[in-house]
Amino acid sequence: MIATATTGVQGRVQNDVSDRSRALAPSPTGGGARVRLDPASDPQAGDPCLRLEGEVTIRTVSNLYEQLEAIAPGKLTGGTAVAPVLTIDLAALERIDTSGAWLIAMVEARLQQAGGSVRITHSTAETRLLLDEVRSALPKKTEAPAAPRGLTAMLENLGRRVTEGAGFLAELTGYFGLFIARLGRMVIHPREFRMTALVAHCEDVGLRAVPIVSLMAFLIGVVLAFQGAAQLRQFGAEVYVVDLISISVLRELGILLTAIIVAGRTASAFTAAIGSMKMREEIDAMRTLGLDPATVLFVPRILALLLMLPILGLIANLMGLLGGALMSWIELGISPSMFRIRLIEGTHISHVFVGLVKAPFFALIIGIVGCHAGMQVKGNAESLGRMTSNAVVTAIFAVIVADALFSVFFAQVDL
Amino acid sequence: MTGREAIIKVRGLKNQFGSNVVHEDLDLDVYRGEILGVVGGSGTGKSVLLRSITGLQRPKAGLIEVFGVDVLARDGAGRDTLDDRWGVMFQDGALFSSLTLRENVEVPMRAIPGLDPDLRRELADLKISMVGLPYLSGDNYPSELSGGMRKRAGLARALALDPEIVFLDEPTAGLDPIGAAAFDTLIRNLSQSLGLTVFLVTHDLDTLFAICDRIAVLAERKVLVSGSLRDMLDVDHPWVHEYFHGPRARAVLDTAQDSPDARSDARPDQSPHPTEGDA
Repeated sequence: MIATATTGVQGRVQNDVSDRSRALAPSPTGGGARVRLDPASDPQAGDPCLRLEGEVTIRTVSNLYEQLEAIAPGKLTGGTAVAPVLTIDLAALERIDTSGAWLIAMVEARLQQAGGSVRITHSTAETRLLLDEVRSALPKKTEAPAAPRGLTAMLENLGRRVTEGAGFLAELTGYFGLFIARLGRMVIHPREFRMTALVAHCEDVGLRAVPIVSLMAFLIGVVLAFQGAAQLRQFGAEVYVVDLISISVLRELGILLTAIIVAGRTASAFTAAIGSMKMREEIDAMRTLGLDPATVLFVPRILALLLMLPILGLIANLMGLLGGALMSWIELGISPSMFRIRLIEGTHISHVFVGLVKAPFFALIIGIVGCHAGMQVKGNAESLGRMTSNAVVTAIFAVIVADALFSVFFAQVDL
Repeated sequence: MTGREAIIKVRGLKNQFGSNVVHEDLDLDVYRGEILGVVGGSGTGKSVLLRSITGLQRPKAGLIEVFGVDVLARDGAGRDTLDDRWGVMFQDGALFSSLTLRENVEVPMRAIPGLDPDLRRELADLKISMVGLPYLSGDNYPSELSGGMRKRAGLARALALDPEIVFLDEPTAGLDPIGAAAFDTLIRNLSQSLGLTVFLVTHDLDTLFAICDRIAVLAERKVLVSGSLRDMLDVDHPWVHEYFHGPRARAVLDTAQDSPDARSDARPDQSPHPTEGDA
């Protein structure tokens, strides 16, 4: 574009003192670029002259920087003036890009800081334009406020986390309250109830989870029977494997593992669905249209979970017993009818209730955590991914904590 | 201006998605040092054209040469040499979300053998500052930046290796008028000082009038016309006429004519500090 090689306004002919210059041979990565410093022979001859030769680009800038260091250690790059005025001669320059211009501007800026000055000669109009652009863009380094360290900062951090945790629990409680309030409202105004959404979510949450939950429970039954048989056989107490399976599956494992699978499956789905709606401002659109997100989005989802999780738990119980019975038959020779008799005689029906009574609580936890996480999604895709995995981890953790609390509770009331 | 050296040459391009033919027999030249604005209605394949030229989209037929290298060559031998001669800025910046802004700009620089990490950092800071972002924003992650800042950062990354061509996909879409005008000025300044060739896909009439040397109109599956803004005003084709004579274009044109130095004789070759008519 601007190809005319005009001599710099302040350009002047340099004394040829190249025989005394300390030239450095370019290294292989130098790409033919090199820099030489011609020291002034006497005061009349003028200022020292830095000559840049060849291609001064991003590919050679690192090498040139080293050459500058080698010529005058700590001076040109460190900002100690070699002379009041340094001339930078660009006559032998073949190509220059922003990186090369940065090198020149950097030397110039550092020398100026040290009280020296720089003259650039034999630059083309193009190069001057580039240098001007780079000079004006040289970043003004500002320090970010340093993060506080030490004990105070640690304590502060701890405090923040505790407050955040408490705030999180409070928010979850708030969502629980919201759900109950909206549910109550629907009892009063049944017309607001969204049956279609509820059925759709029931299918998604319940029916579609049946295969995976069944398979999981069946395998758990198999594993329990197998492990129980191996241990109980040592005492000749094989028949107690039935009690082992029935009590552990009905009381704990059936519903707990179902809840964990549902937490992984459904909490993430809730977060992803609500979160992407939040991301695309659909939730805000709903609000402006007079639709309540809690009524439209939360209630059908959480209610579907509330209805479906006990059913899934029951299915898991049955499949767990089935798997246990099958393995007992194969491994211990306990026939199915024998298993049935032993089951009815040895296991009280209360175990089933102790197990299944936890299901609605787990369902509430999973649903509320999932919906809450969805509403925390910000406007970008990263936060959607982060909140989705957060929701799963939180839901599973909370389910296990709740189960532990139930264990303590039932032990206290002797159930 | 130097001679009209075509550094991008597109001949007989055909793009088709299913039965929907987007381009057919499309020819286009982009000359060194110019800012070419590509316009067209929605769905005329402006972005598809950009993606075809940069090799992101394989056309059904046609020839695309950039710096004389056949982009479509099966072996891809020439493509490697092109990667540091062009830069692409995507619509929303397309920054890598797991990297800070500075690291994003450093990504292309990592391919340079023997570039010292400290220098690389300095150069990245320079690029960030050149596109008008504050120094401290280099430590931010893309999600912490506004849309306009992300666009600037995307440009900084596209310019990291001082390419000869930059492709900009809707650089001013979604920016407020002040931000958009600043971006226009930025592109023109950089194109002057770095000798950049700019291939610009845009809907923004202000951008077209303010910075483009030449305009190519995509319609009827090809480059219907290309030429200066003045040429565009004389075109008879209904869409082109509507585009450049519509109420929005009128408004922009009138303002442009009120300030005579806005476009007509911009790019003063002698002046080291180009004056911005519209800034």
